[in-house]
Amino acid sequence: MIFGLEFPPIQNLVEWEPFAGDSWYGFNKIALTYLIAVLATVLFFWIAASGRQLVPKGAQNLAESSVKFIEDGIIMETIGPDGLRYLPYLASLFFFILISNLFEVIPGFQMPANARMGGPAFLALLTWAFFIIVGIKHQGPGKYFKNSLFPPGVPKALYILVTPIEFISTFLVRPFSLAVRLFANMLAGHILLVTFGVLCATLWVLGPLLAVLPFSFFMLVALTGFEIMVSFLQAYIFTILAAVYLGGAMHPEH
Amino acid sequence: MSALVLAQAAAASTPDELKAQAGATGAGMAYGLAAIGPGIGIGYLVGQSVQAMARQPEAAGMVRTTMFLGIAFTEALALIGFVVFILLKFV
Repeated sequence: MIFGLEFPPIQNLVEWEPFAGDSWYGFNKIALTYLIAVLATVLFFWIAASGRQLVPKGAQNLAESSVKFIEDGIIMETIGPDGLRYLPYLASLFFFILISNLFEVIPGFQMPANARMGGPAFLALLTWAFFIIVGIKHQGPGKYFKNSLFPPGVPKALYILVTPIEFISTFLVRPFSLAVRLFANMLAGHILLVTFGVLCATLWVLGPLLAVLPFSFFMLVALTGFEIMVSFLQAYIFTILAAVYLGGAMHPEH
Repeated sequence: MSALVLAQAAAASTPDELKAQAGATGAGMAYGLAAIGPGIGIGYLVGQSVQAMARQPEAAGMVRTTMFLGIAFTEALALIGFVVFILLKFV
């Protein structure tokens, strides 16, 4: 507590009472946000695809340009033309993460669903399983694990050093860092917004320092804009890393 | 610095308070130290990317994609530091 500024304990910022049910299967705000994110993703593409026209406008235009962005900006840059078959997975991953992140700044929710570890961990494990399956499907099980654990062009003696490092970095660190990156970014943004929100509220209540309030409020508004950018960027980075891992599993040479 | 920590330790009366103080000090240090490397790294990385884009604007798309990938990998260290901060401070 500094100058009457009382910061709430972290449990109050990220833990929500379930609306229905209790303990681990309770349906709380996070679950509601994920449900809305799923429905919004499905509904968005459903509406975009229902009234298809040759000259796109409205939802169809937005959907086409965003799919084009994922095609050109993510898949063609990282995997190449034969990665286009994984467009549905990457596009739905991108939109699901983007929408559940954007709940960070939507009034009434003000909580990024990905600031709890469960969601990012599941998405990372899904991607992890997916790129291993793609690697096995494209190269065959023996060849895939041989290529990823014993990379060609390395002197034989160095495999003592290289193989454990490759194993740890490919099969253990990848899902962990994928999940922690999304989780920690969203949690940090959430705490940042809460800090300035609490500061604004305290300054408003606390008469003498009222002159500082405009600066604090400006920071709150500016950081809200910044967090919208971070939500987009994290969805983009998660998707592009998933694409890079898929590309690495499909083409072992590079 | 160490005198400050010792002074805090002397002021604490119960083991729980001592643990909370050590946790808070450690948390601040952990995040501060974890932010140094990635800060330098991302600055260097983005600077070099901007230079590459300015020298060869037609390769800007490729450079940008690679830049974001590099930022993602560099930033991971700072984020792990942030998670350590949360764990030390609040858990």
